[in-house]
Amino acid sequence: MCLALPARVVELRDGDNAVVEVGGVRKAVSLALVEGIVPGDFVIVHVGYALSRLDPEEAARTLAAFAELPEVERQALEATS
Amino acid sequence: MKYVDEFRDPALAANLAANIRAAVRPDRHYAIMEFCGGHTHAICRYGLEDMLPDNVELVHGPGCPVCVLPAGRLDMAIDMAARYGVILCTYGDMMRVPGRDRRSLLKAKAAGADIRMVYGSLDALRIARQNPGRQVVFFAIGFETTTPTSAAAVKQAEAEGLENFTLFCNHVLTPSAISAILDQPEAGTGKVRVDAFIGPGHVSTIIGAEPYEYFARHYRKPIAVSGFEPLDILQSVLMLVRQLNEGRAEVENQFTRAVVPGGNQKAKALVEEVFELRPEFEWRGLGTIPQSALRLREPFARFDAERRFPVDYQPVADHKACSCGDILRGLKKPADCRIFGTACTPETPLGSCMVSPEGSCAAYYTYGRLRAPERQEA
Ligand code: SF4
Repeated sequence: MCLALPARVVELRDGDNAVVEVGGVRKAVSLALVEGIVPGDFVIVHVGYALSRLDPEEAARTLAAFAELPEVERQALEATS
Repeated sequence: MKYVDEFRDPALAANLAANIRAAVRPDRHYAIMEFCGGHTHAICRYGLEDMLPDNVELVHGPGCPVCVLPAGRLDMAIDMAARYGVILCTYGDMMRVPGRDRRSLLKAKAAGADIRMVYGSLDALRIARQNPGRQVVFFAIGFETTTPTSAAAVKQAEAEGLENFTLFCNHVLTPSAISAILDQPEAGTGKVRVDAFIGPGHVSTIIGAEPYEYFARHYRKPIAVSGFEPLDILQSVLMLVRQLNEGRAEVENQFTRAVVPGGNQKAKALVEEVFELRPEFEWRGLGTIPQSALRLREPFARFDAERRFPVDYQPVADHKACSCGDILRGLKKPADCRIFGTACTPETPLGSCMVSPEGSCAAYYTYGRLRAPERQEA
């Protein structure tokens, strides 16, 4: 039940409702817990509600950090440069 | 899928694993508890333990709502459905959890109780609208991630004047469970050791990372609030190894793409408006913990299933052979249970940890069973 997935907001509807797309499947979700969402945003969806917006810049920063070189290799590189 | 596939890249995973290998000191042991069952599931699914050096141990924590709900609370839900003839709406994961005398929601349903599996509180509201002549109880469980969705449903029922919708509130608090882990008598002994925590990222989308500052400062335990993809978890391990090496004990946020400082203010305000602390609550495995769970506030009393459909609470002892309690406290691993995978399987669970996909026993059974030492020769 704890599953929470990134989903793309495709359409805003009346009230707090929206349609999102997850892996090609469209679903109705509630935006009652979030603010300022626009179509195209990615949100984390849990049991039918969007919990938070995903920040593309922060995601890019995290991905860049994954590629950080291991310490040993960095030292080797520094030694040769 | 964006925000998923790029966080599962095998080459980057190998790079992170190399970084972890380079960072660990051979002369020490690193015991890192992943609090959340969602992390346990991902760790087993992607075999992350196999990528870590031998002296980095992942200890599985109690963050699985289905696992920590005591059987007595499940019995209350079954009794409400049977005695009052309500429509009981439940998350599917609860259906097979064994209660007193091995009762379950599944068996109660087979015996005629009107029990329906739902995806969330919105489905329960819809069922209430469609059945104005019936009472609908939503069996609400979960940590801070799920609590705001229950609060939103209560507010929605109020706004619509839905008088046949009530909530059976079993929401629990993450920081209380971390305290219970760190304060247990075995903490710090050789029996259970936790040097650092991988913090539950989805919980922190709501409450932020700040509530963990106390554990960093007071208990000197580093915490990395982490996302749920394999690369997120490996990076969190790396952050924690470095903190432990440097003698730091800080709260770091690995899940910056979703967790902002302070968390989700709107959701927090909604929870605060609808719920208040219970004086105490029993947890499976962790015992009775003061101020560790929520109930509906007085102005929302008419949406409280416990007041509208009173049933008794009776503590229920776990099955004699079941080690769920010790597993939830980080004392044991699933393979330490002698009926793991034999008498107890996801089809015929004897304990709650074998039911939900976030339960340690279920995750081991599904993904890691063949790695259990006694089965390796086979
Ligand atoms: S294998 Fe089953 S009986 Fe053993 S600890 Fe896990 S849930 Fe309990």
